[in-house]
Amino acid sequence: MPEIIKVLDKLSAKRSLRNTIYLSSIIIFFTLILIPPILGVIMKWGEMEQVLSQPKLMSEALNAIGNSLWVAIFVSVIDLAAGIPMAWLIARGKSKWLNVIDTFVDIPFIVPTATLGYSLLLFWSEDGLSSLFGKSLISPGWLLVILLHFTFSYPVVTRVMVGALLDYKLEYEQASRTLGASPLTAARTVTLPILKPSMIASFILAFARSISETGATMMVAGTAFINGPLFIKKYHDLNQNGPLVFVSFILIVIASLIFITIKLLGPRLKLPVRKVWPNAERKLSSSGVTASRNGLALLIFFALILIPSLFVAFPAFKAIFGGTTLSQALSGSGVWREYWQSIILTYFLGGIVTLINMIIGLPMAIAIARKTFGELPSIILDVLVNIPLVVPSVALGASLSIFWKNFGFLPEMGPLIFAHMAITYPYFVRSMSAAIERINVNLEEAARTLGAKPFAVFRTIVFPLTKYSMLSGAIMVFTRSVSETGATMVVSNLVTAPVLLVNWVKSGVPTTILGLGCGFLILFSFIILLILRLIVRGREVY
Amino acid sequence: MPDVRLVNVTKTYGKIVAVDNVSIHVHDKEYFALLGPSGCGKTTLLRLIAGLIKPDKGEIYIGNRLVNDVPPEDRDVGFVFQTFALFPHMDVWDNVIYGPRVKGFDMKKAKRIGHEVLEMVRLHERLDAFPNELSGGMMQRIAVARALAAGAKLLLLDEPLGQLDAKVRNELRYEIRKMTKDLGLTAIHVTHDQAEAMAISDRIAVMKKGKILQVGTPEELYMNPKSIFVAHFIGESNFLEGYVAEINDKTITVELRNGIKVETINKTTEELKKGERVVIALRPETLKVQREIRKGKNAVLGVIERMTFEGTNVRYEIRLENEDLVILTRPSLTGKWYKIGEKVTVSFPSEKAHIFTYPKVGLREELAVE
Ligand SMILES: Nc1ncnc2c1ncn2[C@@H]1O[C@H](COP(=O)(O)OP(=O)(O)OP(=O)(O)O)[C@@H](O)[C@H]1O
Ligand SMILES: [Mg+2]
Repeated sequence: MPEIIKVLDKLSAKRSLRNTIYLSSIIIFFTLILIPPILGVIMKWGEMEQVLSQPKLMSEALNAIGNSLWVAIFVSVIDLAAGIPMAWLIARGKSKWLNVIDTFVDIPFIVPTATLGYSLLLFWSEDGLSSLFGKSLISPGWLLVILLHFTFSYPVVTRVMVGALLDYKLEYEQASRTLGASPLTAARTVTLPILKPSMIASFILAFARSISETGATMMVAGTAFINGPLFIKKYHDLNQNGPLVFVSFILIVIASLIFITIKLLGPRLKLPVRKVWPNAERKLSSSGVTASRNGLALLIFFALILIPSLFVAFPAFKAIFGGTTLSQALSGSGVWREYWQSIILTYFLGGIVTLINMIIGLPMAIAIARKTFGELPSIILDVLVNIPLVVPSVALGASLSIFWKNFGFLPEMGPLIFAHMAITYPYFVRSMSAAIERINVNLEEAARTLGAKPFAVFRTIVFPLTKYSMLSGAIMVFTRSVSETGATMVVSNLVTAPVLLVNWVKSGVPTTILGLGCGFLILFSFIILLILRLIVRGREVY
Repeated sequence: MPDVRLVNVTKTYGKIVAVDNVSIHVHDKEYFALLGPSGCGKTTLLRLIAGLIKPDKGEIYIGNRLVNDVPPEDRDVGFVFQTFALFPHMDVWDNVIYGPRVKGFDMKKAKRIGHEVLEMVRLHERLDAFPNELSGGMMQRIAVARALAAGAKLLLLDEPLGQLDAKVRNELRYEIRKMTKDLGLTAIHVTHDQAEAMAISDRIAVMKKGKILQVGTPEELYMNPKSIFVAHFIGESNFLEGYVAEINDKTITVELRNGIKVETINKTTEELKKGERVVIALRPETLKVQREIRKGKNAVLGVIERMTFEGTNVRYEIRLENEDLVILTRPSLTGKWYKIGEKVTVSFPSEKAHIFTYPKVGLREELAVE
C-alpha cells in the first residue's frame, strides 16, 4: 500500500478533518454553485413588479410556465418508459456491441445543445425525413419540442439506470427467480423497487433538464408554442427583466416543491409489488416478447434519438469521400484554425470541470446520502442541489454574467470553469448520492469495526460498490460541459467548440463544413467516453 | 420425487474450470452435502442445479426431467443464499409468501402456507419486521421458510449457516435437517465445514478444484477415504512418508525415513510397486501411545514435542523417529499426562492404516485448501 494512502487513511480518522471537508464542500456549494445561477433573480427582484402589474403579461407567463411543466413531466415519464428497457438491455445483454451502443446513448448529450435543436429541425421538418415525404413531416411546434426534450433527456435516464443496474446485486433477482417468479415479475417486484432511488434521481434530472433548456428549444418551437424559458428569452431580448425574475422564480419554487414532495413521498411510494399476474407476466417474459421489447428499445433509440441528433453531422461523410473540406480541416487552414483551438479548449474545460466537480461533489453526495448533518438539512441540501438545473438557461446565463463580471481580475478561464461547474455539479451529486443511499450501511459499519479508517471504508467499500454510478455521474458532467452553449456565450469571450458551431450556423457556413465540424466533436467525445467505459468495465471483478 | 442427477457437467469461466466434468446422483429425500475448500466450485454447482447459470457441457436432471433449458422459476427448487437475499423492501410476511404469490396461488392458500412455514421456523411474532431488523439466525430461518413456502421439493442451501455464530449454527443445522426430513424434501447443502457435513448428511460429496473426489456416507468417507485429500479433509489424519519395501497380496511393508519399517494391510485400489514413494494416513484415535520404549510391529519411537490442555482432551504433538510429526488427543481426566520431552512409543494396527501413492505435486500442495 503506497504511503500516501496510509497517510490519508490515518488523517480520515480525525473527526475534525472530516467535518472540515464536509463543511467546505457545503460552503463551496453555496458560493460557487448555488448563488451565481440565481443571483440575477435575487438582484433584479424588484422588477417582478412589471409582470405582477400587467394581467396580460401575467397570464402569458402563467401559460408559458404551464407549458414548461407539462412538457417536462410528460417527457420524463416517457423517458423512464423508454430508457429503462434500454438500460436493461445494455446492462444485462451479452453482446459485445452493447458496449458501443452504451456509448451511443450519450450522443445527444455530446452534441452541443443548440446544434442538437438545429439537427432535429433539419431531420424532422426540413431536409431529412421531409425530403423523403416531399413535405415537412413535423413542423416546428409543441410536438417537435417534445421530441427534442425526449432526445436530450433520454440519455440522463438511461445513463443513471445503466449505472444502477450494473451496481445492483443480482442475488435478489436470482432468489426471486428460484421462488417461481418469471423474469418480468422478478424485475417488477424486486429489482426495480430496490432501484427506486435511482429511478427517482433520473426522473428528477430529466425533469430539470427539460424545464430549463432554452437554446435548442428556441430552434424548434416555432411561433405558436411558448414555454417558460422562451418567454424569458423573448422579453430579455427586449431588455425587460421582469419576466426573467418572475418565471425563473416560479419555476424554481414549483420544481423545488415537486422535488421536496418526491423526496418525502419517494420512500413511502410503494411500487405495486403485491399484485402479480403470473401467467400474463410469464408470457410477457417469453423470449419472443423479450426480443421484440429489445428490438423496440433499439428502434426507438435509433429512430428517435440517435439519427435525429446526428443528422447535422451527416454531411461530414460527403466531406470525407470527396472535395477538399477534409484536407483543409486536417491541415487547419481557414476557419479550421479556430476550430481546433476551440476543440482543445472544450475538452480541457470538460476535463477540469469533471475533476473539480467529482472532488467537491463527493463529500456532498455522502453528506446527503448518509444524512451527515441530520435529516432535515440533508433534505434541504438535496433539494438545493437541483436548483442550478431548474433555472432556465437564459436566466442562468444572465445571472452568471452578472456575477462573474465583478471578477474581471480573474483569468478568462476562471468564469468559464465556474459557470460550467455550476451547471454540471448536480449531475454528479445526484447520481452518486442515489448510489450511496443504496449501499447497506451495515457494510460500512462492518468495515469500520474491522479496523478500516473512514477513507479506507470509502476506498474498499463505497467506491467499488458505486464505481459505475460514479462513472455515470462523471460522464454526464463531462458531456454536459462539452456541449454547453448558452451560458458559455454570456460569461466569457473564449470560444468553445459549441459556441463556434452556433456561430457557424448563424453565419451560414456550407453544410459540409458544419457537418464535419460537428462530426469531429462528436467523434472525439465518443472515443473518450468509449475508452473510459472500457477501462471501467474491463476491471469488472467482484 | 425429486432426485437430482448430473451427468458430465462442466462449467468454465474464461480459463477457470469451476466445475469439471462432474457426475453425481442425489437420491430422493436425501440430505446431501457438497463439501470442499473455498473456491472449489460448490456454489457454481448449486447454481447450475438451480438454473441460475447454464452448464457448458453435460446434462442436469431433476426428477428424471432434463432441465438444462428450464428457467429457474420452473424448476421448483428452493435456493437459500449464503447472504440470505431477503428482499429489503418487503417485510417478513411479504418475503415469505412471495413464492405463492408469484406462482399465482389464491390468497387463501398463500396465507395458509405462509402461516404454516412461519410456524415451522417459529417466527410468527415478527411478521411485519423488515429484514434489516432481524438477527442473522432469524434471517436464516426466514430464508428457509421463504424457500419452503414456494413449495420447493428440492432445497439448495449455499452455506446456509456460514454467517452465523457457532452456537446458533449448531442448533440450526439439526433444525434444518429435521425440517427437511419431516417434509420429505431433498436437500443439497453446501459447506466447507466437514464437521457440519458429517453431522447432518446422509451422504457427502467431497469436491476439490471443480472435481468430485469421492461420494459416500460420512462413515464410508471416514473409514475408507479413497484419496489422501479426503483422508485429510474428513476428520483428521497423520501422515507418514516412505517407500514400498515389499508388497504381497496381504500386506505392504513401507520403509520410512531412517530405515524404520512398518506394515499395512494391502487393500488399496492403487497399483503400487516396490520402491514407489507412498504416504500412510493414520486416524489419531488408532494410534496407541506407551511410556516404555518398546520394539515390535508398527511401533515407532518418538518424543513429546508439545502438549496443549483443551478441556476434555489433552493434545499432543509427537515427533517420531522417522522425523514425521503426529498429532493426537487423549482424554484429560483418565490416565496420566505426558510431559514435554518425554520419550514414548507410538504404534498402530496394520489394518487401520491407509496407504496412498505420494502425490505428484507434493504432500503439502495436495492438501492445501486454498
Ligand atoms: N461469475 C464468475 N465469473 C468468473 N469466475 C467465477 C464466477 N463464479 C465463480 N467463479 C470462479 O469459479 C471457481 C469456483 O467458484 P465457487 O464460487 O463455485 O466456489 P465455492 O466452492 O462456492 O467457494 P466458497 O466456499 O468460497 O464459496 C472460483 O475459482 C471462482 O473464482
Ligand atoms: Mg460458495
